[in-house]
Amino acid sequence: MHPLMHALREQTLEELQAQVPASPPAPARDAPTGVTRRSVLASGAAGGLVVAIGWLPGSAQAVAGQGAEGRAAKAALVPNQFVSVGTDNLVTIVCKHHEMGEGNTTGLATLVADELDADWSLVRTEYAPADAKRYANLAFGTMQGTGGSTAIANSYLQYREAGATARAMLVSAAADAWKVPAGEIQARASVLTHASGKRATYGEMAAAAAKQAPPSKPALKTPEQFALMGRDRATPRVDSPSKCTGSAIYTGDVRLPGLLTAVIAFPPSFGAKMVSFDAAAAKKVKGVTDVVAVPEGVAVVARNTWAAMQGRRALKVTWDESAGASLDSDALLAHYRELAGQPGTPFAKPAAAPPTPAKTVEAIYEFPFLAHAPMEPQGCVAWLHDGTLETWAGHQFPTFDQMLAAKAAGLPVEKVKLHSLVSGGSFGRRANVWSDFTVAAVNVAVAIKGRAPVRLQYSREDDMSVGLYRPMMLHSLKVGLDGAGKVASWQHVIVGQSIVAGTPMAAMMVKDGVDPTSVEGVHPTSYDLPMMDGQLHDVALPVRPLWWRSVGNTHTAYVMETMMDRLARAAGQDPLAFRLALLEKNERAARTLKLVADKAGWGKAMPAGSAQGIALHESFGTAVAQVAEVTLKDGKVRVDKVWCAVDCGVAVNPDVIRAQMEGGIGFALGALYYSEIDLKAGRPQQRNFDRYRSLRIYEMPAIDVFIAPSTAAPTGVGEPGVPPLAPAVANAVVRAGGPDVLRLPFARAGLVQA
Amino acid sequence: MTMVSLNVNGHAHKVEADPDTPLLWVLRDDIGLTGTKFGCGVAQCGACTVHLDGQPARSCVTPATAVGGRKVTTIEGLQSKAAKAVQKAWIEHDVVQCGYCQSGQIMSATALLEQNPRPSDEDIDHAMAGNICRCATYVRIRAAIHAAAGQLSA
Repeated sequence: MHPLMHALREQTLEELQAQVPASPPAPARDAPTGVTRRSVLASGAAGGLVVAIGWLPGSAQAVAGQGAEGRAAKAALVPNQFVSVGTDNLVTIVCKHHEMGEGNTTGLATLVADELDADWSLVRTEYAPADAKRYANLAFGTMQGTGGSTAIANSYLQYREAGATARAMLVSAAADAWKVPAGEIQARASVLTHASGKRATYGEMAAAAAKQAPPSKPALKTPEQFALMGRDRATPRVDSPSKCTGSAIYTGDVRLPGLLTAVIAFPPSFGAKMVSFDAAAAKKVKGVTDVVAVPEGVAVVARNTWAAMQGRRALKVTWDESAGASLDSDALLAHYRELAGQPGTPFAKPAAAPPTPAKTVEAIYEFPFLAHAPMEPQGCVAWLHDGTLETWAGHQFPTFDQMLAAKAAGLPVEKVKLHSLVSGGSFGRRANVWSDFTVAAVNVAVAIKGRAPVRLQYSREDDMSVGLYRPMMLHSLKVGLDGAGKVASWQHVIVGQSIVAGTPMAAMMVKDGVDPTSVEGVHPTSYDLPMMDGQLHDVALPVRPLWWRSVGNTHTAYVMETMMDRLARAAGQDPLAFRLALLEKNERAARTLKLVADKAGWGKAMPAGSAQGIALHESFGTAVAQVAEVTLKDGKVRVDKVWCAVDCGVAVNPDVIRAQMEGGIGFALGALYYSEIDLKAGRPQQRNFDRYRSLRIYEMPAIDVFIAPSTAAPTGVGEPGVPPLAPAVANAVVRAGGPDVLRLPFARAGLVQA
Repeated sequence: MTMVSLNVNGHAHKVEADPDTPLLWVLRDDIGLTGTKFGCGVAQCGACTVHLDGQPARSCVTPATAVGGRKVTTIEGLQSKAAKAVQKAWIEHDVVQCGYCQSGQIMSATALLEQNPRPSDEDIDHAMAGNICRCATYVRIRAAIHAAAGQLSA
């Protein structure tokens, strides 16, 4: 389980709310005046308590049951907040998780529909309102949100029980109507039948079923009884048709009467402060309606997107960039290297004093800042009207987004209604405790005094340069081998920003000075390494760090798995055998590793310049092992094929799991090759896809995915495909005669054409 | 401001716009066709791909005033046999994840198949190189294009 889940579980919603970060200071100039702004400040001054009180009894209910649950509200049978059956025979499933591409909408619908024995073609889905009381992520305790690859894992029993409850009520209604024992009634594909010839669709029985008492604990199927779960192609993605016809509605597609569009002139460097701005030229751009200061910068509001962008281009802002002038990636790494030589905060202590090693292997690894760069740049629609606020966005953390939107608007939480839309990717970006784009949109709406609904649109450059990066990290290792080639000592120093420090998660997550997301994958590790001596240095920077698909495992897997190969080479052993010797106490990991080795034909003869590399990493409760087959030609690398074995418990939607492994591999490969946000004088040097290269189709390897059969409860799938890929490729490059890359990305080593 | 005449998906539109306004924003903001997406604004990602007389074009850097008499086709206006085969194959292969780039992917794939009904892997690499998918659905994009080609020649 991811440390985030542990931490959030231990906190109540109220505790979380009490720790909501303070709003940025109000702007010095052009601040709107009047009741609205005063109420914003009053709310801010009162801190989280006001928000917390506003949230408590009844308020969540007031928000629920509107809009998003429109179908459910009209349905005949509504046994719980997750499923309803209409007289039209349609089953509507309310999804509590954010769909950013990872397929959880399909997964949640599958869990309900299977236990309900619903006809998949009659299943519809919609997204839940912000309501942590009814739609909490059970892995996060009392908070509603999506992340940590928990969507299916935490919903597995809850959504199945929701479906089973509805089924039991339909069956008992039919038993009453037909005067036969419930046990004699068959329910299959949304139809109830009895041997006597009686027959009714779910829609026909829905109203009668609503009068039945729900079972206190509905019986669930055993895995052999699953009709949809685990069946390949039984549950095609529910969002495919709308996304193949351009009809899916993302934030930018929301249309409201009088909708204005805003863009913000954000600070050009980290730590920059606005000195002044001159709006005259911007206001001359036809279509521009407002130029207003907001805590995030200066907002240009217009009747259409192009006018807003042109207005921002014409806007003159004077910034004081002195604070970030010395912020430089190369200088930071030099500083990190110095820190690595000093004692840090221990995160792992050796079980016994290590013996003097026969051989020592040392390495220093350097990892750059990374932007998430989802295809859809951030944005949010905010509409202040009639004493309420409505927002439309990819709300990945609805609990935070709603609380912080309320705070920015100076409204009680129950007056804030979130419309959760699908988003064009996230990879962690939209799950942040500052709710950056939601709050910014509300700040603009407040600044124009709620005159009209307003859509805030980040440009690609905005999205890539406002921070919220995977932090820059450095690992320094010194590992000793004994005369038999076994690991005798393991000194491991990690340097970098803590992702959770200074956030509401810090109090519960950081234990003995260690942010577990900085060290996960090194500690704990899949391998039996009781001799590990681990130390951590946290670095504070004006650049906000954030989880990036697989969080700490993005760097720890590369370090651990390339070190395994390095040690195997030093010990004169096969990399697979070397790993298996350290996995004697981890049967599942060993099995997953053997599965992929077997499928890839590990050890087979390869032509000169080609080689396979192997890697294993467990994250989010899931074991993934990969073999990458690469070819080096003229010093450039090409990944020809990747074999991937995954053990994630019950495979609810096998094809979605395959898709997440394929996508995770491509996402990780692009980052390995090209991704880096390089800071110079506080400014990110990469601001768009021209310099922040993404993997393209001609670089995508062939992929074979093997899902280990399992009846264990499901574990994460969205992230675990990412970590093993980079080390598997790097190990293959070395085995093919290429360089041993210690500073990412590969473009720095000239292994790919940047 | 200038009056721009456009033929979009077979319908004539007259829109008053700044002469530099990219076609993308005229389609989205003025005409209300939101299937064409904004991804980068600099012709790097392909999310904004439309057809001009059947040729794929990046609408984020194509001034609306430069379209002239060419027929604009967006994801909402796809009608050809190739387009239908592509969309069907996309759904059958469950290509999409977040879906945001897929309008552009489908527009590029359709243009490819309209001109080359049996593309090789190299042809696909060439035609699709301008369309980024951060979810990296490329394996399925390739498979779906081959499947659509197979259906067209069947």
